[in-house]
Amino acid sequence: MNVLKTILFYLAVVLIVVVAVFPFYYAIVTSFKTGTALFEVDYWPREFNFQNYISVMQQGEFPRNILNSIVVATLTVGFALFLGVTASYALARVRFRGRTLLLLTILGVSMFPQIAVLAGLFELIRFLGLFNTPWGLVLSYTIFTLPFTVWVLTTFMRDLPVEIEEAAIVDGATPWQIITKVFLPLMWPALVTTGLLAFIGAWNEFLFALTFTSSNSTRTVPVAIALLSGASQFETPWGLIMAASVIVTVPLIILVLIFQRKIVAGLTAGGVKG
Amino acid sequence: MASITAGQPEPQATRPARRSELQAERVRAARLFLLPMLVALTLVAAWPLFRTIYFSFTDTSLSNIGAGKWVGFDNYLSVRTLSSGKVITRGVLVDPAWWNAVWNTFRFAIISVSIETVLGLLVALVLNAEFKGRGLVRAAILIPWAIPTIVSAKLWAWLFNDQFGMVNDMLMSLGLIDHKIAWTADVSTAMYAVLIVDIWKTTPFMALLCLAGLQMIPRDMYEAAKIDGVHPIKVFFRVTLPLVKPALMVAVIFRLLDALRIFDLIYVLTPNSSATKTMSVISRENLIDFDKFAYGSAQSTLLFLIIALAVILYIWLGRVDLGGQKQ
Repeated sequence: MNVLKTILFYLAVVLIVVVAVFPFYYAIVTSFKTGTALFEVDYWPREFNFQNYISVMQQGEFPRNILNSIVVATLTVGFALFLGVTASYALARVRFRGRTLLLLTILGVSMFPQIAVLAGLFELIRFLGLFNTPWGLVLSYTIFTLPFTVWVLTTFMRDLPVEIEEAAIVDGATPWQIITKVFLPLMWPALVTTGLLAFIGAWNEFLFALTFTSSNSTRTVPVAIALLSGASQFETPWGLIMAASVIVTVPLIILVLIFQRKIVAGLTAGGVKG
Repeated sequence: MASITAGQPEPQATRPARRSELQAERVRAARLFLLPMLVALTLVAAWPLFRTIYFSFTDTSLSNIGAGKWVGFDNYLSVRTLSSGKVITRGVLVDPAWWNAVWNTFRFAIISVSIETVLGLLVALVLNAEFKGRGLVRAAILIPWAIPTIVSAKLWAWLFNDQFGMVNDMLMSLGLIDHKIAWTADVSTAMYAVLIVDIWKTTPFMALLCLAGLQMIPRDMYEAAKIDGVHPIKVFFRVTLPLVKPALMVAVIFRLLDALRIFDLIYVLTPNSSATKTMSVISRENLIDFDKFAYGSAQSTLLFLIIALAVILYIWLGRVDLGGQKQ
């Protein structure tokens, strides 16, 4: 009976792992296939042909798209963290009127449907001359990275002990010094977590990137992959698409696996605690 | 629910004499620190939202955004009586395509979130048990979550491919189907395809949130139940589920709000399929592709209203719940 239970349990474990990992594994297998081999279903890799990788990096603007994504995501993270740290200090450590309302508003903005601001943002970005530039995307991504960052950092900062701040106040430190000299060194774990989640969010974003860029050379990776087309309109270049997908996903998976614990902590802080 | 309790412990200045002066300085600094964030949120959230709502009452077109004229509620509903006595109604509220999208969105959100919750809880229960290689399994389930949505959409479009896809090949060789199915193109299966991909991608998130909730349950509760000889299934419904419920409810609501605004997966996996088109997809189509900018604005305004209503309901319920939990 107990043996049966153990077997069933491990079967469940194996099933979970296979379902989670198999689709991406299959994409990797496909990415190494060319020509007619693509049209046969193979569960095991039979050839290792790097032609798809070479093609996707050489023809078209894909390297440029990767660079765009890196620039946009990095700037978005920097922006969100800077605004997030100062704001969350005020929200977590200072008592003032309307604080709860403000926190609720921020929570509300994080649940905003992005389509609701699309028309207005489109006008704003055109007006500011940022259409079809990385800056337009950095600006628009603030709408989902900033509320999340503020929320998680506020949760984190609230839990830091009062004593260290009091000591700094007694020593005559200004609020700005308290943030930069006292809190920032303690906040690295939270900054890494929120920064990473903001980076992933910006890296994966599709709706704004699709709408606010219009040329191949300014697109980010998700849009480039979605619009990747073959020699003719009727032929989808699955080999190329899978190679491109593997290129942009592997670094992300490595990052997520390295920072596993931090990411899970950040998700639960953003989801369960707040 | 804990979400409303942010900012509880108050750092108090130690010396009462200087307290008010210090407090005043801190409040001034706090205002200054909040200003950049508030400016940013006004610029990217409040102002564009206001403009979208404004556009929905005009006849603005994409090619000339500044030239729209006020038309009142015409984009939502306009009733005109012709000289022949025939009544013509137009607008989003009588547009069958819009109501189809509303139906698709709710169907998608409710089915996907229900299945994700059950599966997430099951996966979390497995991961909560102690066994060799648990860390490895936890790492493995993070992979679907880490893959960009567009990549998973393309990945599954390839798996679901009617001619060369793995899914058809596997089902055929198992003898479950006798002909190849065009999963993403066929109106009767497109929604299933979307649901499968979304569940695959989002169950890990649910599982991790459930796991965090499960790990907060003290172990001795289970031990006590075991000593008393309570059946494991009864333990689950009487002990585990009630204790994990608050965390689970927050996760469900977050996911529900997320599912109601879905765009990218559907746009890429099942383009132009009336069986899966959601409110976000149809709004963007009108806004950008069909040059019905004002009409699309009206649709996005309605989507915003629906989600805002859900958020207000959630905050209100959260407050009631909070009062209850505090006794």
